[in-house]
Amino acid sequence: MVDEPPAIELRGLSRYFGERTALRDVSLALPAGATLAVLGRNGAGKSTLLRILAALLRPHAGDVLVLGEPLPRRAFAVRGRLGLLGHEPLLYRELTGRENLRYHAGLHRVEAERVEEVLRAVQMERRADDPVRLLSRGMVQRLAVARAVLHRPRVLLLDEPRANLDPAASELVEPLIGRSSGVTRVLTSHDPRAALAESDLVLALKDGRSIYLGEPAGLRDGQLRELYS
Amino acid sequence: MRTALIVLRKDLRLELRTLETVPAMVLFSLVTFVIFHFGLNQNTISGQLAAGVLTATLLFAAMLGVNRLFVAEREQGGFDAFLLAPVDRSAMLLAKATALFLFLAALEVVAVPAFGLFLLGPSLGPALPGLIVVLALADLALAVIGTLVSAIAVHTRARDLIGPMIGLPLLIPALIATARATGPLLAAQHAASAPPGRWLLILALYDVVFALLAYAVFDFLLED
Repeated sequence: MVDEPPAIELRGLSRYFGERTALRDVSLALPAGATLAVLGRNGAGKSTLLRILAALLRPHAGDVLVLGEPLPRRAFAVRGRLGLLGHEPLLYRELTGRENLRYHAGLHRVEAERVEEVLRAVQMERRADDPVRLLSRGMVQRLAVARAVLHRPRVLLLDEPRANLDPAASELVEPLIGRSSGVTRVLTSHDPRAALAESDLVLALKDGRSIYLGEPAGLRDGQLRELYS
Repeated sequence: MRTALIVLRKDLRLELRTLETVPAMVLFSLVTFVIFHFGLNQNTISGQLAAGVLTATLLFAAMLGVNRLFVAEREQGGFDAFLLAPVDRSAMLLAKATALFLFLAALEVVAVPAFGLFLLGPSLGPALPGLIVVLALADLALAVIGTLVSAIAVHTRARDLIGPMIGLPLLIPALIATARATGPLLAAQHAASAPPGRWLLILALYDVVFALLAYAVFDFLLED
């Protein structure tokens, strides 16, 4: 049997913003279909890591391989196979939900039926023709989920994916972005225990450095407290 | 081309819905004509003076559009969404330049007749075919350079200042060529029926050079 290469591989990844170190010497390998939880306080480097994996930021040192393709050199080969759900919904406020999704479907060359399919999946068909600026934050987040999975990505990069979602909505999006979606996931969460519960691998970041990399069960309560202290 | 059309359609839909850019450009032009009317203390103007007033007014009005060209992309995540898609980045350049060109054309549909009505001495009718050719070439220069400058400025904190500060100097040659090509068309007596070919050629050359330059560097402007 041939070993499948990791879906995501980092070797000595570093990224700086001027004098500030956002990430320093981060290494890991995430198998296809697995979930990586990235934990850490605000400013620990979680969002920077997701943006580098999405080929939206260049690493300053180290190697980044996503789906076997080195970034940023082969970013064009990876784009379209990643789904990013970040702090911003990436939706135009003056366009309706349906118009936004059709725009993204056009960019990703996705068939029009898929737009209706994801609208149904997040139960937004009835409000799909309202401008996004008129929707509640929870509805916008549901649309953002629909946007992130519209093109059936193989890797999902999820930055606080359940922010603004109530428990019912959170359950609603589970088949799309949750563990049951079956795709490789990298997620951050404001709720570390929830993130640990749905992950196979944990990366704990403090001031851009990796202080723990391993199975969720291996992360002791003391380490978790120290991480958020 | 297909991607550029998708982005262009979205931009036109956003403008139709918000009416943030073109109405502001039109209003600015009309107010500027009124200011020139009183500032020059002349009921009518013609020839090179009229060409200068028209060209300068359209140029400054265009800067309003240039400043707003990428605002939605920056503030609402349009850049990230575009960069996440498997598309050629130059499609964004083509779409934005075309959108700006169409905004300028819409501006001129109102501003040029208003100029003819309020300020221009000779009748606008005979000059119109030549003027359309000159303005089309000038709009192309404004659209290409404006898109390039706007893409640079939008990543800076002082983007409202950076746009005009870089854009206006780059556009001076186009401004000169446009005004010189327009002057003979607007002369009070013995007006030319066609704009001088030399200035048209300079404008066209300017368009081609900056279109190639924009195409060459635009990818890098979208980088982090």
